Amino acid sequence: MKTAFKLAYRNLIGAGLRTWLNVFVLSFSFVVIIWIKGVLVGWDYQAKTDMTNWEIGEGQYWNRNYDPYDPFTLADSHAPVPDQFREEIEKGDMEPLLLVQGTIYPRGRMQSVAVTGINPGQDIFLLPTHKLDTATDAVPAIIGALMARDLDLSKGDYFTLRWRDARGTFDAKEIVITDIFSSNVPSIETARIYIPMETLQEMTMLEGEATLLTYSDSEKERPEAEGWVHKSKAELTSSVDELIKTKTVGISVLYAVLLLLAMLAIFDTQVLSIFRRQKEIGTYIALGYTRREVVGLFTVEGAMHSLLAALVSAAYGLPFLAWQAKAGWTLPMDASEFGMAMAQTLYPVYSAGLVLSTILIVVVATTIVSYWPSRKIAKMNPTEALRGRIQ
Amino acid sequence: MENSAIIKINDLVKTFPMGKTHFTALKEINLTIGRGEFTGLVGPSGSGKTTLLNIVGSLDTPTSGEAWVLDHPVGKLSARQAAQLRKEKLGFIFQSYNLLAVHTVFENVEFPLLLLKISASERKKLVMDALEWLGLTDKIKSKPPQLSGGECQRVAIARAMVKKPSLVLADEPTANLDAANSHNILKTMLKLNNELKTTFLFATHDEKVINYLKRKIYLFDGKIDKIIDQEGMGKQQNFN
Repeated sequence: MKTAFKLAYRNLIGAGLRTWLNVFVLSFSFVVIIWIKGVLVGWDYQAKTDMTNWEIGEGQYWNRNYDPYDPFTLADSHAPVPDQFREEIEKGDMEPLLLVQGTIYPRGRMQSVAVTGINPGQDIFLLPTHKLDTATDAVPAIIGALMARDLDLSKGDYFTLRWRDARGTFDAKEIVITDIFSSNVPSIETARIYIPMETLQEMTMLEGEATLLTYSDSEKERPEAEGWVHKSKAELTSSVDELIKTKTVGISVLYAVLLLLAMLAIFDTQVLSIFRRQKEIGTYIALGYTRREVVGLFTVEGAMHSLLAALVSAAYGLPFLAWQAKAGWTLPMDASEFGMAMAQTLYPVYSAGLVLSTILIVVVATTIVSYWPSRKIAKMNPTEALRGRIQ
Repeated sequence: MENSAIIKINDLVKTFPMGKTHFTALKEINLTIGRGEFTGLVGPSGSGKTTLLNIVGSLDTPTSGEAWVLDHPVGKLSARQAAQLRKEKLGFIFQSYNLLAVHTVFENVEFPLLLLKISASERKKLVMDALEWLGLTDKIKSKPPQLSGGECQRVAIARAMVKKPSLVLADEPTANLDAANSHNILKTMLKLNNELKTTFLFATHDEKVINYLKRKIYLFDGKIDKIIDQEGMGKQQNFN
């Protein structure tokens, strides 16, 4: 085998430009596949990190009536915070949120919103809730940049909020925007306003009640709580996993096309080699190779393209991939249009597993397409091959 | 098999399929070649000399009869055993040199030693010795396309001789060479035969080669026509 590698290497290097063209095409596949996979892994990491920091913490308890996809459930999705969580809430490791259906009237228009009550002193979320602790003549509120853009709202703008209290009575108040935040999580920025928890509880006559309980300690054992449904971080981020999976399947088509092009080049080279190098094949046999060993030699020779490609990829791919990991890739379209946690600039994340699995896939694919045409050698007549006669 | 015999062929027949019929290339060949001989299969094109050489070289198998080469029944060897015999005991020299074009002269000559898994230092020594013998030490880094025909054939001889084989099979070794180069090549091979006692078996119809042969086995139409020893017609053996 060592001899086959040595000879294959000599043959490949000796073939000159033809080898390097194949190697370059293959190395391009290596770099693009690793880069795209890296972007997906980076997106997954960024989306989950942003969701953790802005929306879900390390997990949540949902009021059993709460359904994020049905705003009509909000009327009944609240209950007193269970006593078993009091200590954790007082320590700041758990944050209750109260969600109420409301309507705002900015600039004479009407918009349904989820009014979210949140403690201004919380530090589980990156939301600038300290801006809710502002003395104003109206109820202070913070909103996301997406909503501000859609409704053309700015810091300091006033508008009316209408809601129904626990008895079903409509009421209204003036709201002032004290801050506009920008996250990469559209679900917390779209049709949502944040006001102080105590104010909302008072407005709705739901003192001591909450819709969601978000915790920050991922290590702690999470007990059952009556009337509440525990949602782990994995469950809450499953939508990201699903989307990444969908994207991965879609992008796999691109990998397949790239690999196919590279494999086609290798396959053609192998077919041409076997056609052109019949005399050489005969010589190998005359000098002591069996036909099967010559098949092995040609297979190793073809497969070695992928090893050379890995080296060439390292030469120009490593600097490119490292630069991308640092500078990121800015999406050409508005990331918020994706409707889920996604930054405008994605930072690829590469793991050893990603690089090794890519190399393995390419090496195996190259070996198969190298072996395939080489099988013809096993049927060759060595005496005809020695004379270079086409068989 | 006789002790001194390196090749012994009994009633050997070789046929090739030709459409729905068969073409008989070798007919009832009986032949013995001793160790250290400098012998040639002589005859016109189509007389069967290359076919016989290929069978002796275990590159082909007889249709019937038997051929013993270095105590190996070449028609009955497995592919691996035949390859082993070629690798260890046989050297080949071809009409069109059959050098590996992308390899240097050194690498071409080194090739058989690589297959024998000889250590790098030993390989280097043996290759340099062979190249020195053939006056090619100044060409070790050249590649075959950079060499003349005579130089290419000398590289091919070096490659055949480097592992010190018991038998060298040369198929029309001078066909692509001019007269001067042909004589040089033949003198070199004769010297190797004399000094190393390596057996040479040629397939040729070139008068220049025939004149150097110590024993000439004339083939005609797939049969041995006559065998002439170096001493002349006195030892001629007719098969007709």
